[in-house]
Amino acid sequence: MLSIKLGDISYEDRVQKGVENDFMRQAVASAQGRFRSGRQNQADKWGNWEDWRTLGDEIRTHTLENIDYYLQLLSDNVSKRGGNVFFAQTAEEANHYIQNVVKEKNAKKIVKSKSMVTEEIGMNEALEEVGADVVESDLGEWILQLDEDPPSHIVAPAVHKNKEQVKETFAEKKGYHQSSKPEELAGFAREQLRQEFLSADVGVTGCNFAVAESGAVTFVTNEGNARMVTAIPDTQISVMGMERVVPTYEELDILVSLLTRAAVGQDLTSYVTSITGTCHEGESDGPEEYHLVIVDNGRSSILGTEFQSALHCIRCAACINVCPVYRHVGGHAYGSVYPGPIGAVLTPLLDGYEDHKELPYASSLCGACTEVCPVKIPLHEQLIRHREIIVEQEKKSPKSEQLAMKGFAKWGSNPAAYKMSTAMARSATKPWMKDETITNGPGPLKGWTVNRDFPAPAKQTFRSWFKERQKGGESQ
Amino acid sequence: MTIMNREAFLEHVTANLHRPRRTNGVERPQWSIRPQDEVLKGLSKDELVDVLEEHCKVIHTNFKRTDRDGLAAILKETIEGYKAKAIVASSDSRNEDYGLHDFYQKLKDDGNEVHLWDETNGKENQAFAERADVGITFSDITLAESGTVTLFNNKYNGRSISLMPRTYIAIIPKSTIVPRMTQATKQIHEANQAGDGVASCISFVTGPSNSADIEMNLIVGVHGPVDVTYIMVED
Repeated sequence: MLSIKLGDISYEDRVQKGVENDFMRQAVASAQGRFRSGRQNQADKWGNWEDWRTLGDEIRTHTLENIDYYLQLLSDNVSKRGGNVFFAQTAEEANHYIQNVVKEKNAKKIVKSKSMVTEEIGMNEALEEVGADVVESDLGEWILQLDEDPPSHIVAPAVHKNKEQVKETFAEKKGYHQSSKPEELAGFAREQLRQEFLSADVGVTGCNFAVAESGAVTFVTNEGNARMVTAIPDTQISVMGMERVVPTYEELDILVSLLTRAAVGQDLTSYVTSITGTCHEGESDGPEEYHLVIVDNGRSSILGTEFQSALHCIRCAACINVCPVYRHVGGHAYGSVYPGPIGAVLTPLLDGYEDHKELPYASSLCGACTEVCPVKIPLHEQLIRHREIIVEQEKKSPKSEQLAMKGFAKWGSNPAAYKMSTAMARSATKPWMKDETITNGPGPLKGWTVNRDFPAPAKQTFRSWFKERQKGGESQ
Repeated sequence: MTIMNREAFLEHVTANLHRPRRTNGVERPQWSIRPQDEVLKGLSKDELVDVLEEHCKVIHTNFKRTDRDGLAAILKETIEGYKAKAIVASSDSRNEDYGLHDFYQKLKDDGNEVHLWDETNGKENQAFAERADVGITFSDITLAESGTVTLFNNKYNGRSISLMPRTYIAIIPKSTIVPRMTQATKQIHEANQAGDGVASCISFVTGPSNSADIEMNLIVGVHGPVDVTYIMVED
């Protein structure tokens, strides 16, 4: 079963694949540019973006500190309004419950609106196991589903694909024979998916925010697919990460306002839809049966730790849109449902260091992520803490770095060896030197130069320069 | 309805917070700052209408102004512009006040299909909305900053009216205009606290549906309406 971890290709191979994909790199760079300027324009328009961030941070901090209270209130209110609530500690528990709802309804077709948490728990695969067909209805997600490719960005999942590839996928899988114009491709998707909405037995959504005071589960979308999923099928299931709760509608206002600006630079997305439980008597659209599945899946183990603020994340992807590393390697290189800086922080917390120990190193520590985060998660500081933990406690730093450090410790603690090798360094590395840099170094240098160049050793060592300086000689 | 597995789940969460479980007595703090109150502060209704009109350009939405006497003519012109023959509309209590009963009757007399949402009609409402060319509803609260109409969906105003037809017309009484979402959520919060109940679905609708999922090109019109007109009515 799939989980937060995507595939078994090594980190190095994933990075290499990303770096070699010219279209993807150009598409990601251009998407980043547009998202970034959109966010910046919005921040400038208000003129007090920092005040909004402060408020966002306060709201998230208070909510997480009292999350047991707010989840209780939320579940009471959903239940009062006709919905069933299932608390799932693990992905398996969540999937098992959802499978049972689907089996009970004898449902064959499930239509789904975009949701990261259902990707995280591998819900689609779990439903396929019980013979149900899951149709993604977000345009980007549908393209990826037809092409059997995972998302590479949490807001723009198919950002790594070009329109020719989309056209080919539609032609091959759905018999499409129009042009690669985005409008025609989208028009085709509208027609095809409209039939899927109308014939679905069960609708599944994620949840951007759940309002504790009323039980309203809220979706922030542009395409209208979440509205379709919540208007048409008689049975609906919403799946939420447990941290998605907000106290009242007044806080919903702030977080939605931060999300749409930080994510795509919009004052508001086309649709913000807030549903509470089942439809009322006399209503002819909306669900007659409603289920809310609240998922922990490792989140609670982040509570009460120095990483607690990582749970403040509202999944806007602003950090992804400014990250220079993401720009070069793309979303798939992270090997996780959650890419970019927030993915590098969250993935090891949710799924352990073992499979994701490289992720905290997929950062230049420039701090751009921290600066744009609308709820003030200190992302790059948390990446440094991850590195410290990996190196000091877990001893799980990449092999090459461990060897280099071990070697350095031995070599540096012996003054004679140190003196000799620094004096020799320049002549010894000459064969690999080009324009004062080493590009493809030997032995222990390889671990470094495989990813970046190493400056050539100086012509004069620091020690000899210092000795001369003490004697009043010329400094270099 | 049922709540399953809650106690074990929340006990586990609380254990990680290293404190006893909180089941009541948690108050929202006074937030240190309220930047949301500063947005479009002190603007008159007329100035807010101007902000709304300007913002409609950004969200690819047509904006028209009229008064109650002029509403029927503007609606007719818009419906004809959409080449719409099948019309689905909410059975809003305001239809009478705004003279829309007569207007819809006239549309029928002229050979159009007009369906007013009918709570006794069940799924037929939705089936009609699916094949309708245009949907028409009133806005309950209108947000100037973002160009948003807020719809309290209920048995008179189905979710599908503003969603399934290719085009959508929102009638915006001028009195419904507020600066931003802050005023709308405050109203909903207060109604909920007063026990007035919350609509089963609240839809904040901002222009036509759109997507940028193919090469970041903005495509207007995906699953929801492809074209939207707001008609602001002096009231």
